[in-house]
Amino acid sequence: MVAVAAPPAAFLIIFYAWPLATLMVRGLSADALVDTFSRDRTWRVLWFTLWQAGVSTALTLVVGLMPTWAVSRFTFPGRRMLLSLLTAVFVLPTVVVGAAFNALLPNALDRSIWAILGAHVVFNLAVVVRTVGAVWEQLPVDLDHAASTLGARPSQVFWHVTLPLLRPALAAAAAIVFLFTFTSFGVIRVLGTASRSTIEVEVWRRATQLGDIGGAAVLSLMQLLVLGLMVICSTSLQRRHARTVSVSAAQRRPVPSARQRLLVSGTVGATLVVVAAPLLALVERSLRIDGGYSLAGWRALGNDQTRTGITTGVDPIGALIRSVTTALWATGFSVLIGAAAVVAIAALGRSGKWLDTGLMLPLGTSAITIGFGMLITFDTSPFDWRASWWLVPVGHALVSVPFVVRSALGVVRSIDPDLRAAAATLGAPPIHAWATTTLPFIRRPLATGAGLAAAISLGEFGATSFLSRSGADTLPIAIERLLARTGQLFHAQAFALSTILAAATVTIVILIDASDRRFRHHRVGRARRS
Amino acid sequence: MSSTRSVALIATIATALVACGGDDRASEPTSITLVAYSSFPTAADSPVVIALDEFTERTGIAVEILIAGDTGTMLSKATLTAGNPEGDVMWGVDNTFLSRAVDSKIFDPYEAAGVDDLPNELTALAPNGEATPVDYGDVCVNYDIAALAAIGLAPPTSFADLAKPDYASRLVVQNPATSSPGLAFLLATVAEFGEGGWEHYWAELRRNGVLVVDDWETAYYGDFSRAGGSKPLVLSYGSSPPFEVLYATEPLSAAPTGVVDATCFRQIEFAGVLRGTDAPTGARQLVDFLVSERFQREVALNLFVFPVNQDVVLEPVFVEFATIPDKPLTLDPSMIEKNRSDWIDRWTTVVTG
Repeated sequence: MVAVAAPPAAFLIIFYAWPLATLMVRGLSADALVDTFSRDRTWRVLWFTLWQAGVSTALTLVVGLMPTWAVSRFTFPGRRMLLSLLTAVFVLPTVVVGAAFNALLPNALDRSIWAILGAHVVFNLAVVVRTVGAVWEQLPVDLDHAASTLGARPSQVFWHVTLPLLRPALAAAAAIVFLFTFTSFGVIRVLGTASRSTIEVEVWRRATQLGDIGGAAVLSLMQLLVLGLMVICSTSLQRRHARTVSVSAAQRRPVPSARQRLLVSGTVGATLVVVAAPLLALVERSLRIDGGYSLAGWRALGNDQTRTGITTGVDPIGALIRSVTTALWATGFSVLIGAAAVVAIAALGRSGKWLDTGLMLPLGTSAITIGFGMLITFDTSPFDWRASWWLVPVGHALVSVPFVVRSALGVVRSIDPDLRAAAATLGAPPIHAWATTTLPFIRRPLATGAGLAAAISLGEFGATSFLSRSGADTLPIAIERLLARTGQLFHAQAFALSTILAAATVTIVILIDASDRRFRHHRVGRARRS
Repeated sequence: MSSTRSVALIATIATALVACGGDDRASEPTSITLVAYSSFPTAADSPVVIALDEFTERTGIAVEILIAGDTGTMLSKATLTAGNPEGDVMWGVDNTFLSRAVDSKIFDPYEAAGVDDLPNELTALAPNGEATPVDYGDVCVNYDIAALAAIGLAPPTSFADLAKPDYASRLVVQNPATSSPGLAFLLATVAEFGEGGWEHYWAELRRNGVLVVDDWETAYYGDFSRAGGSKPLVLSYGSSPPFEVLYATEPLSAAPTGVVDATCFRQIEFAGVLRGTDAPTGARQLVDFLVSERFQREVALNLFVFPVNQDVVLEPVFVEFATIPDKPLTLDPSMIEKNRSDWIDRWTTVVTG
């Protein structure tokens, strides 16, 4: 079983740790340290990064509680659609949706701190709804009923019964939202101003605009350290607040009662507006040309020549095909690595935790440090890979593997080890025992993880956007290039492409959710039998 | 780059990846890589790419285009990989970055054929073949003709106008820390007001409600009144008006936007042979081709800049609607490199502090 840890560990070391270390060796120096920490700006950026992440996280939790309650406690039409939409917004490229978000805002809010916080809340709502919802829907309803029977008002039930039980899930969701808002890049680039810069944006600025690799390396390391501290705090917090309650997996969600209906539909309606608005803004902007509306942007997609002799130099259909191909490869890599990782993490116990944490690291590392690191690491034979087409899907896999692991780890952990032991006792070789006892259970969660990986790869705008690529744009890059052109037609075209990207992402997520649901029914049935 | 032997080596490390890893482009002297910034066209039917195909037909050297990001990112990568470059020729280092490119020795000096015929003011920045000028353009304040007319304002004609109450809260510019035209405009004010005066001018602009955004797209397509925003004045390019005409959905007979000549800062872009290339002869031939009339005639329509080659006949729309100021503002590249970081920090304090 231990051998299974080798592929994910090797993957992490070769494609993450090694490039990162190479860049640190190249960039870090006493001078860079002194320069960075003696600069006022460094402290301002650190402070802004910390407080906006803290406030964004708190707001996301507060705003997310009501929709979480609605979707985890009740059945209503459009429930699954809402969940899928939330997730789709989470994995869409922030640069693109950020631009649409900007277009939506009334001028007074333009580039104010509220725009940043608002965008962070919208992008990360899915984390709260999914993470907390997964626990909330399993809390026995009897508990609430018992409390009410004893005379507790609904608010008292919430504060004294539900909330304490949700606390570990809330802490987990908070940790994830904090991670994503702390390392926020796209939102800040689009909605921020010069004085509102996160460490991630500052690393990008120093590395690319000022050519200060040393300063970038120091800041990138600082970001990892701060996040490391946060992880330690949050795990100990989660451990302290962990309570046990016997959860019942297959609770039936009731249709809301007449009294609840108003609250549920209000919550769902508001959430829908908040989440759908940026998506609809993409569509609206793809149709808006010269102050009026037309389909010109969409018509131009298949035709590179806007007028005889004038071309965009960007091939949207080609970009779409390349994006899909890249996403397929990235998904393949992620699932292979992720599956091995899940099995290894579950089998290794305590040392498995290291692998788990290690695979999360790329999410907290400045994308540009990984991208530039790859550039100077994979530059000599036999590792001259920097021009290889597969480096891009591998980079995407780096950020999607943690999601594959998260999707499947819980299931693998819950498989009764006796099952495999029994198989072994009956003479099955380890591989066979694994294939018959574990594989049937993780096939579906892996499919979920695969879907997420595909969606993430489609919209990926991180490390790999800093790799050079030969005439081969993926969708997000093609969109960025079109946005950078003068001419309203290009702009409409960029948003038409964004709409396609968003539609593809929403479709993938809906498909995952549909298959996941079918699987759950199936699995619960089996678990009962055993 | 990888040979058969190295492929075999990789095979032992990552079997799954190998089948695709064999990339022996560089060991073939008949193929070279052109590294360019992200707005360089790559589609096969782009006239720029068609011109490069003609180069291939003529010389037998295939050209692959490698997109490396915006100019700053491209240069940072080239600096990191100096001596062991990602490609053979680089297109598009502009004068605000030229000094860094030269100091970090990313280029092999080369005097391109035909460089003697280029205008002096373009070659003066690289007198010894440190790099080859390939195009130029200007960053200038643009105005929306209809929007200004609607509020009864005449177009501004100077830096001083922009700080007057009439134009209060009407200008959007880009942040010099994150945007290349933004930096050009900061440099324009340094060139105009000198080391002692530019901060004072920016303080006035700030008092007058200048809006600063992160990048050109946001300014031009978000806040500029032409795109539905509220600002009739935007920092853009001297060549923006003809493109408004060329790319309008309905044919236009006149440009809907104009340029404030006095605010223009000259940007010159350079190409060069990357030091460490394994195809130096082909690379030099390509640089020669990039300044030749055949290639240069495509740059205006496809790269939104003006050709350096004086034999190129510009499209009428450029002659009619583009602004090429006689005396654009400019600064010495080594002075820019020395002060860039400091100026940006000081700008940040004055404007957003």
